[in-house]
Amino acid sequence: MTPHSNVLFRFAAPQAFYGLAGRLWPWVATLATVFGVWGLWIGMFVAPIDFQQGQAYRIIFVHVPASWMSMIIYLAMAFWAVLGLTFNTRLSGMMNRALAPTGAMFAFLSLWTGALWGKPMWGAWWVWDARLTSELILFFLYLGFMGLTASIDDPRRSDKAGGLLALVGAINVPIIYFSVRWWNTLHQGASVTVTQGSSMAQTMLWAMLLMALAFWLYAIAIALYRIRTLILEREKLTQWVEAELRPEGAS
Amino acid sequence: MRPFLAVVRRDVSLALRRKNEVMTSVFFFVVVAALFPLGIGPEMNTLRQIGPGVLWVGALLASMLSLGRMFAADHDDGTLEQMVLSSASLPSLVGAKILAHWLLSGLPLVVLSPVLALQFDLNGQAIEVLMATLLLGTPLLSLIGAIGAALTLGVRGADVLLSLLVLPLYVPALVFGAGAVQAQTAGLGASAHLSILAAMLLIAAVFSPWACASALRIALE
Amino acid sequence: MLSVIDLSCHRGERRLFSGVCFQLKAGTCLHLEGDNGVGKTSLLRQISGLSPVSAGQVDWCGQPIADNESFRAQRIYLGHNLALKDDLSAMENLQFDAAIAGQAVDPDKVLGALKSLGLKGREHLPVRVLSQGQKRRAALARLLTRQASLWILDEPVVALDMPAQAAVAGVLKAHLEKGGTVLFTSHQPLTMAIPSASITSYRLQG
Repeated sequence: MTPHSNVLFRFAAPQAFYGLAGRLWPWVATLATVFGVWGLWIGMFVAPIDFQQGQAYRIIFVHVPASWMSMIIYLAMAFWAVLGLTFNTRLSGMMNRALAPTGAMFAFLSLWTGALWGKPMWGAWWVWDARLTSELILFFLYLGFMGLTASIDDPRRSDKAGGLLALVGAINVPIIYFSVRWWNTLHQGASVTVTQGSSMAQTMLWAMLLMALAFWLYAIAIALYRIRTLILEREKLTQWVEAELRPEGAS
Repeated sequence: MRPFLAVVRRDVSLALRRKNEVMTSVFFFVVVAALFPLGIGPEMNTLRQIGPGVLWVGALLASMLSLGRMFAADHDDGTLEQMVLSSASLPSLVGAKILAHWLLSGLPLVVLSPVLALQFDLNGQAIEVLMATLLLGTPLLSLIGAIGAALTLGVRGADVLLSLLVLPLYVPALVFGAGAVQAQTAGLGASAHLSILAAMLLIAAVFSPWACASALRIALE
Repeated sequence: MLSVIDLSCHRGERRLFSGVCFQLKAGTCLHLEGDNGVGKTSLLRQISGLSPVSAGQVDWCGQPIADNESFRAQRIYLGHNLALKDDLSAMENLQFDAAIAGQAVDPDKVLGALKSLGLKGREHLPVRVLSQGQKRRAALARLLTRQASLWILDEPVVALDMPAQAAVAGVLKAHLEKGGTVLFTSHQPLTMAIPSASITSYRLQG
């Protein structure tokens, strides 16, 4: 065992991870806020007005990073699922349960901002664009995961079943995306393009990357925060949790 | 081979002794195909356009309705436990159950589809393509749906949850299945769609029994 | 031949039992005793391979039971479920049971097994018309139609009358004499016909 892998396995124990998460999340949240404010400022005030779409296009600074995050979080869940099913660690299942609501939130946000963008652009609240449709399906995959893990009472079974579902879903996501794109081009539906033909202005790209970074850091912070509560729930019969929950000063 | 065939034979003969299982899928398919024209209007051009989609959605929903029963009965009376315990390979036993499920609730839809397609005024070639897509697609739906059935075994609210889990995964089959018939009627040829359906079927045939076996072991812990 | 080493079990967040150790040699049976709810069924399910073993080990003939082909071929587990399809006859159920174990079974042997457990004349009726005790006897008949050396039985004679219990006890005795092993839980006496040298018991404490 190399020293490096020793460190990794040490934090695989819920108690150690609880401490680590507790120390980390405030910092990550602060960074997320900083990047978020910076990105929004550039996106809302600094980036030039698009001569075709006017001010309304600015919503892409939320829409696009939210879409990216909804997909990245799903990949992260699949990663933890593989770890959990291979090494049988308790923390992987908890990590997935911590990540899923945030992923679902980003997918939902992406759908809403897509609709809000679509209305002034094409006059319709919903267009069957390939990406938006895939996003909707991804949203259902998240809901399915949350529904399944919530319905199974036994935590171990819930973790494993959720992990298997996340894995099956992750393998299907490229297939689903490909088939929806095929479907869309076949029917020549309206297509959402981020840029208007020519390459994006530097500032727009900059703002989007900053927002993506902010969302990513936010997701990490909230997942760390959430997993602390999950750890306390799961491990509530152990001594360290009882000590942790005892009010200060009580004997 | 013997365990595989034994399971298929048993499941089919059990279902035939209680015919309502087979009848449910078939009946639902017929009803859906009849309701849509009633809801949309008898204009033949419209019906010809929506026909492939409606029939495919009908087959998909009919297949989904019967998924819950795939493992539940065996789970309740303990025979599933014996299958998990047996020395036969669990993926092959699961594959046998999926095959039986398809024979009982998928194949009848394929056989019935030409009759229903006539209600939507599809021409002969379109009907051929429709049958081919359903022949490739219904086993695919059974294979994918089985994973959902195995994951939700014995869970509260399993029926609704099963639909939620399985519908996103059904989308590719629906897109290429209905798309094939539409491509055929548009004169573009359906061979690309059919090849993709066949490829998905092969991948699912390899992957799904293994995934189901894992899910069943998790459910029986 | 069966070794259980330091086995423990968690159900949800509760710990049911820990530190369970015993050995079972060929030709002997072990009576697992314990109060209701102490975890006897969970222990049997771990030993049979259904539930995963989180701490401790179960060995069969020196090899761990995980992914052990020969263990799966050699053991039968009968839990509280009867593992019978209601719409099939006892005969069909037992034939199916042998088939998925990859064993061919002679129909006469099946009839003989059902007869020795008092089900003569009922072999071809759908199981749902049998009484509870008859169903259980049909379920137990698979011990005779399937070749297996390790029998793990969870409350095998529940709902059986005295003659049926005696018949099952005779079946167990014959199995032990042939060198088989039996691990069982039961609140009713099962070991009256068996020489005491072949019986061990283990009391499961919470």
